Amino acid sequence: MTVVLAIETSCDETAVAIVRNGTEVLANVVSSQIDIHAEFGGVVPEVASRAHLEMLEPVLTKALDDAGMTGTDIDAVAATHGPGLIGALLVGVSEAKALALAWDVPYVGVNHMEGHLFATFLEQPDLEPPLVVLLVSGGHTLIVHLEALGRYRILGSTIDDAAGEAFDKVARYLDLGYPGGPVIDRLATEGDPTAIKFPRGLLTKGNVGDFDFSFSGLKTAVINYVRKHPEATDADLAASFQEAVVDVLVTKAMRAADHVAAKGVCLGGGVAANSRLRERFAEEAAERGIDCLVPARAFCTDNAAMIAAAATWRLANDGPTGLDDGATPNLALPTV
Amino acid sequence: MDSLRCFATDTPSATKELGQTLAELLTDGDLLVLTGDLGAGKTCLTQGIGVGLGIEDRITSPTFTIASQYDGRLRLNHLDVYRVGQISETLDLDLPELLETGVTVIEWGEQIDPALPEDRLVVRLGYGDGDDDRSIRFEAQGERWTARLDTLASALGTWEVQC
Repeated sequence: MTVVLAIETSCDETAVAIVRNGTEVLANVVSSQIDIHAEFGGVVPEVASRAHLEMLEPVLTKALDDAGMTGTDIDAVAATHGPGLIGALLVGVSEAKALALAWDVPYVGVNHMEGHLFATFLEQPDLEPPLVVLLVSGGHTLIVHLEALGRYRILGSTIDDAAGEAFDKVARYLDLGYPGGPVIDRLATEGDPTAIKFPRGLLTKGNVGDFDFSFSGLKTAVINYVRKHPEATDADLAASFQEAVVDVLVTKAMRAADHVAAKGVCLGGGVAANSRLRERFAEEAAERGIDCLVPARAFCTDNAAMIAAAATWRLANDGPTGLDDGATPNLALPTV
Repeated sequence: MDSLRCFATDTPSATKELGQTLAELLTDGDLLVLTGDLGAGKTCLTQGIGVGLGIEDRITSPTFTIASQYDGRLRLNHLDVYRVGQISETLDLDLPELLETGVTVIEWGEQIDPALPEDRLVVRLGYGDGDDDRSIRFEAQGERWTARLDTLASALGTWEVQC
């Protein structure tokens, strides 16, 4: 029996979760900071770290209350130690180390991206590798070949903008507000996804074995279209833009699944909360007759339960992380 | 005043190529401030600069990470400060130390203008008539750049236009 308390502060969310044996979520508290950031139209680094400082104690207290636990029930404390904004990461890492010292339990530093990979196993612990995981967020767009737990290969990633960044920037250009993902998702339901034929970056036939992404050209195409067609409705723009993003993401993920003969495909990251992406992803996996896991929205967006799940596995396999380990803003996913 | 030179490109790859040629003339401690609307080509130009600096890693948008570093002939510090709201918040970026080593490229740098040294090359990117047309304007500020502007402009002669 291992009870892990994990802290996640790598970007927008201040989150604390308590998870037993890597899969049983006893508490999962996320304090969304969207109200603070909406004023600025994006993640504001220092506002973010200050907000994490203010939110951490209440979120931590609520997590312990929700689980009906105190420090003496916790076997290990984990925190996201990268990648992310340095000021924000340090808030979580410092708190986790202090708690580990105070409670005299091991500390585990967790890679945020590995956390997203483990989100899948929170809900379906018996999922069988090899898997292809599509990780899509504000800062990342990755296709990961998960050969086994702890054994990852990156098959493709973005060559310019991340998928979530494209959502945010298009929403910003159209004055739709922040964060862009949910706004575009909602607006798209009222628009025609075939109204405007936006480019599908790196999706030509010659690129079949290429799992990289490019979303910068799509962003510029939306801007160019609006300059020439000021009469275009936000709903049609949102629906057509979203369709282009989803089309590329799903097609490439499925091609990757074919390429490595994956037994299943999973989604992860904040953009995995997008309705159209979830729908298309499940449809295409079903057509191929392979397993498909689309985690609950709460486990796609940043949360600490996935960090606790990854920490449980890392602790069992690699042992604790030293207290002299810091935070690394550009930490890469460990690959084989 | 002769501290202004203008260029024009008609494809993203030409913008990259311009960046690559420019990078060959860059030296340790250079600061470039890129300004221009979304999609104007700031990251694209920086990718070209990366190639010119001999950087092999893939240069992606730093919008989410705020600051990235790459190693090449010179180190490249690539920042996007679009969302850095207040000048006091740039303290956390540790700019003085960053600026000491390598070439620093700051997208949306005008937002933190007072936090930056006077010596800088301001590069303004704008949309042109065609979808892929871009205007690229160099504004040399401070002795470090005014003294070199002619040399830079003649190396970029292929793309130079009347201002």
